[in-house]
Amino acid sequence: MAPFTGTVGVTGLNATDNPGPGVAVATALRHHPDFQGRIVGLAYDSLDPGLYLPGLFDAAFLIPYPSTGRAALLGRLEYIRETEGLDVLIPTLDSELPALLGQEPTLEEMGIRTFLPTRAQHDERAKANLDLLRSRHDIPVPQCETLVSVDDLYTLHERMDFPVVVKSLFYGAKVAQTLDEAVAAFHMAAAKWGLPIIVQRFVAGEEYNVAAIGDGRGGVVGAVPMKKLMLTDSGKGWAGVTIADRPLLALTERIMAALKWRGPCEIEVMRDRDGGLHLMEINPRFPAWIDLTAGAGQNLPFAYVQLAMGEAVTLPPFKVGAAFVRASTNTLIDISALDAISTAGEMLSTRSSS
Amino acid sequence: MDTLNNLAISPTGFVFDPTTGATYSVNATGRAVLEGIRDGLGLEALVAQLSERFAVGEADLRRDVLEYARVLREQQLVPNTFELES
Repeated sequence: MAPFTGTVGVTGLNATDNPGPGVAVATALRHHPDFQGRIVGLAYDSLDPGLYLPGLFDAAFLIPYPSTGRAALLGRLEYIRETEGLDVLIPTLDSELPALLGQEPTLEEMGIRTFLPTRAQHDERAKANLDLLRSRHDIPVPQCETLVSVDDLYTLHERMDFPVVVKSLFYGAKVAQTLDEAVAAFHMAAAKWGLPIIVQRFVAGEEYNVAAIGDGRGGVVGAVPMKKLMLTDSGKGWAGVTIADRPLLALTERIMAALKWRGPCEIEVMRDRDGGLHLMEINPRFPAWIDLTAGAGQNLPFAYVQLAMGEAVTLPPFKVGAAFVRASTNTLIDISALDAISTAGEMLSTRSSS
Repeated sequence: MDTLNNLAISPTGFVFDPTTGATYSVNATGRAVLEGIRDGLGLEALVAQLSERFAVGEADLRRDVLEYARVLREQQLVPNTFELES
């Protein structure tokens, strides 16, 4: 296997207490001995913290928000490719995918490769369609309903017992014990992320997560299960450890086979008190703890790069007991570091200057 | 007893359950009891072993070991039906 010497673009550099996965993806790439390429950070805000982490990115660019549309994004990627080179793109945020799915031929024409799901795969795993995974593929999913009006909540008790979990299409989940709490959660989620809103039967238990890559033909290229050891107030993992959980991996394989999933994903599963597994969500991108897979010896971001480049990938078994602890630190910079990214929207050679 | 057998117990008393990701800390006494139960020792054998190592009366040891077994059941590290043999 020849070392990778190209340039990879990574999005999601908002390394806050609710972090985007970009920093973890870049960290994993740097961790692989065969990664001898360059990493370009693609940020939405000049204060995205990942931009200023020493030693991570060779260059960085601001890119237009997904809401500005596909043409603006593709135009910006074309400019970045011409300026810095861009062989592989790893989008890491849910909201970016609608503009990129189905654009593989266009991107390839530009010389930019990806390894992403098809639109059909992406839509089938959407929160609003999770119930179909149960009916079509017998995947254990808690009862859920997709609501477009708050009025539907007032008759929900006829179909579903409280407590319930109220979710938007993109981010966030709120447990509601009562109708009043559900109505409040509905309005908050709708105001922030729009309609529809998904209401799911609450399952008491322990949450487990799996980071995985599907080969697009029903197989699993790699999968690493993780148990969160410490949570933030919003339920984000602040520490975690890889575990040996055969039923969880078997469920992952069933999901990937059912969806014929192509590309990265994070599978969120709840294990109830009787040991039953319940699929809660499938996120269509790497999670913010994806660097743990590098620590566990099954480097999924590097595998993504290889797959995007058309290489065959065989990963070793992952190590059980590999752990991560996230740290909140201050990166000290001079105000001039903000100059280029704020005014020109780009920073070149950030890695060598740090 | 699969869970107990799979536990990684470090010499310093750090315990890692590789199936659930749960971690525990035990002191020297706790480690001795944990390893003893894992190795299949019954109540009397455990009490005898502990009384050789620790200056505690047998009645106290017996009560503490039974309490420890209860905690292991509570933590689902042994089956709900697990009882130490006399």
